[in-house]
Amino acid sequence: MADGNGASRREVIQLAAGGAGGLVLGFSLAGKGEAASSAARLNAYVTVQPDGWVEVVSKNPEIGQGVKTSMPMMIAEELDADWSKVRTVQADSDPSLYGRQFAGGSMSTPLHWDELRRVGATGRALLIAAAAKSWGVDPATCSTEPGRVVHAASGRSAGYGSLASAAAALPAPDPRSLKLKDPKDFRIIGQPMAQVDTPSIVTGKPLFGIDVVVPGMLFATFEKAPVFGSGVEAVDLDAARAVKGVRKAFKVEGAGGAEALSPGVAVVADTWWQARKGRDRLNIRWKAPGEPGLSSRDLEARMASTAQSSVDRVERHDGDVDAALKGAARRIEATYHYPYLAHATLEPQNCTAHYSKGRMEIWAPTQNPESGRQLVAKTLGIRPEDITVHLVRCGGGFGRRLSNEYMVEAAWIAREAGAPVKLLWTREDDLRQGFYRPAGWHKFEGGLDASGQLVAWHDHFLTPGQGVQTARSAGMSATEFPARFVPNFRYGLSILPSPTPTGPLRAPGANGISFAVQGFLDELAHAAGADPLAFRLKLLGEQGMVGTPGRDGYDAARMRGVLQKVAEVSGWGRTRMAPRQGQGVAFHFSHLGYFAEVVQVRVADDGQIRVEKVWVAGDVGRQIVNPSGAINQVQGSVLDGLSAALGQEITLEGGAVVQGNFDSYRLMRMADAPPVEVHFVLSDHPPTGLGEPALPPAPPALCNAIFAATGKRVRRLPVDPALLVAG
Amino acid sequence: MAFTLSVNGRNRRVDVDPDTPLLWVLRDSLGVLGPKFGCGIGQCGACTVHVDGTPVQSCSLPVGAVGKGKVTTIEGIGETEVGARVQKAWADLDVAQCGYCQPGQIMSAAALLASNPKPSAEEIDAAMSGNLCRCATYNRIRAAVRQASGQTGEA
Repeated sequence: MADGNGASRREVIQLAAGGAGGLVLGFSLAGKGEAASSAARLNAYVTVQPDGWVEVVSKNPEIGQGVKTSMPMMIAEELDADWSKVRTVQADSDPSLYGRQFAGGSMSTPLHWDELRRVGATGRALLIAAAAKSWGVDPATCSTEPGRVVHAASGRSAGYGSLASAAAALPAPDPRSLKLKDPKDFRIIGQPMAQVDTPSIVTGKPLFGIDVVVPGMLFATFEKAPVFGSGVEAVDLDAARAVKGVRKAFKVEGAGGAEALSPGVAVVADTWWQARKGRDRLNIRWKAPGEPGLSSRDLEARMASTAQSSVDRVERHDGDVDAALKGAARRIEATYHYPYLAHATLEPQNCTAHYSKGRMEIWAPTQNPESGRQLVAKTLGIRPEDITVHLVRCGGGFGRRLSNEYMVEAAWIAREAGAPVKLLWTREDDLRQGFYRPAGWHKFEGGLDASGQLVAWHDHFLTPGQGVQTARSAGMSATEFPARFVPNFRYGLSILPSPTPTGPLRAPGANGISFAVQGFLDELAHAAGADPLAFRLKLLGEQGMVGTPGRDGYDAARMRGVLQKVAEVSGWGRTRMAPRQGQGVAFHFSHLGYFAEVVQVRVADDGQIRVEKVWVAGDVGRQIVNPSGAINQVQGSVLDGLSAALGQEITLEGGAVVQGNFDSYRLMRMADAPPVEVHFVLSDHPPTGLGEPALPPAPPALCNAIFAATGKRVRRLPVDPALLVAG
Repeated sequence: MAFTLSVNGRNRRVDVDPDTPLLWVLRDSLGVLGPKFGCGIGQCGACTVHVDGTPVQSCSLPVGAVGKGKVTTIEGIGETEVGARVQKAWADLDVAQCGYCQPGQIMSAAALLASNPKPSAEEIDAAMSGNLCRCATYNRIRAAVRQASGQTGEA
């Protein structure tokens, strides 16, 4: 009945929900009281319009993982907003308001599940308080329906739009004092919600970094040395400048290494195509690298010689592996290898920058904006407070956009060019100037006792690095499974000198290690004459949490739960297979998620692999925030893992990457994509993220299925069909 | 060199070199930003537009070769009945993850259904094989094409 009150006011009222995030994320209350004429900026997250529409800020970068939808859902749930009247707003990079803003590690859900709901609950408490005050009733006697406060006893109700102004004037409650909803009362969380940008995506609205338009903007391309970090010896800048539309062509000396600004040559033009044509005329001669560039076969040779000797250092040794192997009833050895991989985000790296009067404004598709801002500040000598970074939807991330060198390049080129500049890489730039998933080798020895129990495990892990330091994302934790599950366990490390830049690729570490570990486990299961799934259950044993909860803890009960679930839904052991058809199983714990997967393949006589179906069981806690996005993430992760395992490899020749485009770096296409059936096992744990943990089991489950179908063990990725030919 | 292009039903004049790919004319000269750049060699399909109803990869089509062909992009495909149906199916099934490839996917799907209203699963796979989705939303793309063609259930 009070719905019309104040609805005619034009001002926009922002609700104070501030202290909420301060609990963990360091959100600031700054801004409270800074009332402007049209907007009272009381808090960073929730704005209620007089007409009842609610604007909810999404703080983290959107890279396709769905946080621009799922994180506002958490706020809107406890605010008890009407989701059909919620607009989400992408935050700029602003750590003082939003704490750390990044897309990585599948951390958005676990880091925000509690805090963002409290942000919403704080807003709801204020709206209730405002209504209760105007009605002269006890707030405890009021409740909410989506978008309105209700006083059932008197039959009164008021829409949020009419209450917002009064609510904003009230003191915010302590968010820790608020009772959050019973999950059975959820109206938004747990519902399959389409991504908030879906209408714009399907109609081709400009959303991405590549779509940014700034008045007066020029377009840039930037060529760097094929051998990482090499400088420019000679270049024909005038030839590029002679191309129609080219405004500037200049050398960049570089500073700060591959992570910041590599040496190269920039061409700036009226259109990107003109810049590219100019670039084609540069005729750059690159300086000879200090030492001969590394080729893939050199690294392989280093690996082979290093693998002959003992490990450089033992990272973990439980029991007595040598004695246990000696006393084992059955002992097997195998070496597994996975290659370098590129991220290959479909939207090539790009960034738009505008430098004017000492201030730098940047529009960046980045997963890690604050680190980019600091890097730009350091490299260009600009104060961080004079740099603004706008977050733009990313056409894929996969960890590539945690590095921000393209942001530094755009800022540098824009300042040199004296105009707003959109820098856009070519696909070749992207594939050849990456931070690659590191290659790795695992030389295993395993021992079984007479009963078929795994009693000894030795993993000699050979990984790229420099000196005693593993390369970025090339390490392995000393608690990596099956550590703590085998009585005699040793993990030894050797570092293979390699200058190739590396970095985190979706499920870093896990995406390679799982292939090796779950493949060798499968070999042990077969050597023991056991069913591969039963063998794994037995290895997990009867225990619950092993170690300290968190990244190093391993909840064996949750893993058994997903293994049992995937066995049930896939018809494991109960499905008759045709000749050269088979099922394989694998599991992996990473990024706080427990996943088990069964892949079914059929291998043609010529070795061609048809993946027929994948079943997934995942445990990411008690609540799936957005089932639509969640299933999509899992399906995509699984197919991503299969895509890499079946077709992808970055190789090096003389220090340069060979593959340049999708003709040589093959992504899965529609016809090769099997249906992926997803099941979530709910367990009584806080919800965790889904951007990554479904990926790692897919490659080994595939290879274990190939073994089941053909009797041929895949120990090297990508899978080579020539090795699977019948006969 | 001056060209008059028909883009989404409007005649647009541009002055560009004839070897400029249609994609860059659309994006940088005309501000039509729906078609995306992914590879530049016709491998990924993110740049797919229609010329006289036929899907083409605009990154590899010189503007000089477009002639009087009517260019339709993701911005204009909703004007056709089939295009609108495909967009609706994409939205209903929440197909996208990052969304970058989806304009190209939708253009390929709309061209398929315009010529083959009830494609088989194999025909769908074949028609969509030129469009990469790095997020691998293929399960939903397949389902959306089927829904847009009035077919339900698993293929």
